[in-house]
Amino acid sequence: MLPFILKRLGLAALVAFTVSFISFSLLFLSGDPAAALAGETASGEDIEAIRRLYGFDRPMLVQYGEWLFQALRGDFGESYYFKLPVASLIADRLSVTMTLGVCGITFALLTAVPLGVVAAIRPNSIIDRIALFLSVAGQAMPSFWFGLILIVLFGIKLRWLPPSGASTWQHFIMPTIVLGYYAMPAIMRLTRAGMLEVLNSDYIRTARAKGAGEGRVLFKHALRNAIIPVVSLAAVQMGFMLGGSIVVESVFALHGAGYLAWESIARNDLPTVQALILIFSMFYIIFTFLADVLNAWLDPRMRSS
Amino acid sequence: MSQLQENAKPLLSVRGLTLDIPLASGTLHAVRGIDFDLHKGETLCIVGESGSGKSLTSLAIMGLLEKNIRRSAQTLDFDGVDLIGASKRQMRTLRGNRIAMIFQEPMTSLNPAYTIGDQLVEALRLHRKVSNEEARARAVELLEKVGITAAASRLGQYPHQLSGGLRQRVVIAMALMCEPELIIADEPTTALDVTIQAQILSLLVDLTKEMDVAMILITHDLGVVARVADKVGVMYAGALVETGPASEVFGAPMHPYTRGLLHCIPQPGKTKRGEKLGTIPGIVPSLIGEVQGCAFRTRCPHVVEACRGEIPERGTPPHEFLCVHADGARAAEGEPA
Repeated sequence: MLPFILKRLGLAALVAFTVSFISFSLLFLSGDPAAALAGETASGEDIEAIRRLYGFDRPMLVQYGEWLFQALRGDFGESYYFKLPVASLIADRLSVTMTLGVCGITFALLTAVPLGVVAAIRPNSIIDRIALFLSVAGQAMPSFWFGLILIVLFGIKLRWLPPSGASTWQHFIMPTIVLGYYAMPAIMRLTRAGMLEVLNSDYIRTARAKGAGEGRVLFKHALRNAIIPVVSLAAVQMGFMLGGSIVVESVFALHGAGYLAWESIARNDLPTVQALILIFSMFYIIFTFLADVLNAWLDPRMRSS
Repeated sequence: MSQLQENAKPLLSVRGLTLDIPLASGTLHAVRGIDFDLHKGETLCIVGESGSGKSLTSLAIMGLLEKNIRRSAQTLDFDGVDLIGASKRQMRTLRGNRIAMIFQEPMTSLNPAYTIGDQLVEALRLHRKVSNEEARARAVELLEKVGITAAASRLGQYPHQLSGGLRQRVVIAMALMCEPELIIADEPTTALDVTIQAQILSLLVDLTKEMDVAMILITHDLGVVARVADKVGVMYAGALVETGPASEVFGAPMHPYTRGLLHCIPQPGKTKRGEKLGTIPGIVPSLIGEVQGCAFRTRCPHVVEACRGEIPERGTPPHEFLCVHADGARAAEGEPA
């Protein structure tokens, strides 16, 4: 197991390094950063001055090295727009996004996995039909529309929940449902398909022939094997959710990292964009790594490959 | 078989076991009223072509049929327990404990996520109140018994780290964990290399004899049957067309189908050098809808009008067969009656 983990860790580090280089070079993809920063009316001398001030006149690799070194220490420079350190700007917003992301994926897993298992135990039953209906609806409904419906219903008509903001835990209930419900259908369908396949396999018959009870057959013998692809999918979705959902954050006026990313892109605030891309990619890399480790623990065949 | 044992109460008694599968195109009569008895320590071989209902019969005894298959029988009795009326809980206490099963596919019949040690220990601890250490000791003992070297170190291995032959040895060891009284082995060697088949089979037979376990061995390998069976049941299209002590069924096969099967394989002393082996022309009939008369009549060389009607049970116990011809048309084939 340890060699496997080390190998995956090395791979993750390589990917992270590559991503950092790409996100750094974004700065130069949109033309001369000094010109962009100086504005349209700036003279050639102004641009030159800004170029020297921000160090854009040095070789790109030197700039990258410096940026990476500082990023590793948690210093992502200063936001062009907010005139604040990018790190503290993001830290503020990230707590909202992480709360929402963790709640969202938890909600998705807690609804999707049991529903998928039950649907697989009784295929074509009423529960299976309901599960199918819920997943089709979840897939077909746009998040912003579903969010607005919830706001109108629970926020305005019934007044059970605050319609927007992020000050109390109640503020997170509706966004969690909207974000989680978006991820639920895929997880549910994959759980169902996996369970159906595993329940028809020979080793499940062997377990029954040993005299194992139904609960033991389902949860010890079947679910462990069926859940493996679900782990990989959930990791990707977790990365996606921690990257912040611009739609959900806008609808519920949660000022999270997704919303910040959208603002920074609109304002050409490149240091913030760079930092966000790097952090979002790190989430993906970390969760993919964790999913690989979890899968290797679940399925011994993966450890050797 | 000694007379004494024949008269003793059988371990497993099957009368009129019928399995129906409802399909869109009608009911498939997969198994049509079969009867047999199995005594303690006996080996019964059930032979027949694919689709003759051999595997379904074994699953029906285990209570492991798919939910859509309808099972009925006048008697399905295991040592006084009525398997038809038994509750799920009762069946669970029998399965793996007093009746164990060995399946055909060693490559897929072990759970890939658990070590073989875990799976062997589970088999025992589901039924016996023993500590993990005691169960592991028993597992090592049985792995050694099935001829696995360095047994203790194998407990930590996963199924994918073992070859097919080794896995089937593990499956056999797993079936023996609780010292069952009956083992049902459904083509246990079919999926293995030919070189391993004989080894695994002798192992299984030696162990069942040594531990005095009764066995139902399902196979289509008549060579195997001749070597290991005490009793033989020949299945054709869901019916047991001939049953009897192995020596009698092989020495004087009564049913035309049994003789047809035996002509398909070379027999020492009977098959002449250069002589062509027999084949049975035709195909197995469809069992969807009402099945009337003898199912073999479409392929039988001795078919007469009466074959469409009720088929009488012939012979004297324990050697019985189903045929309209009193001698199973042996005379017509020039065999001594």
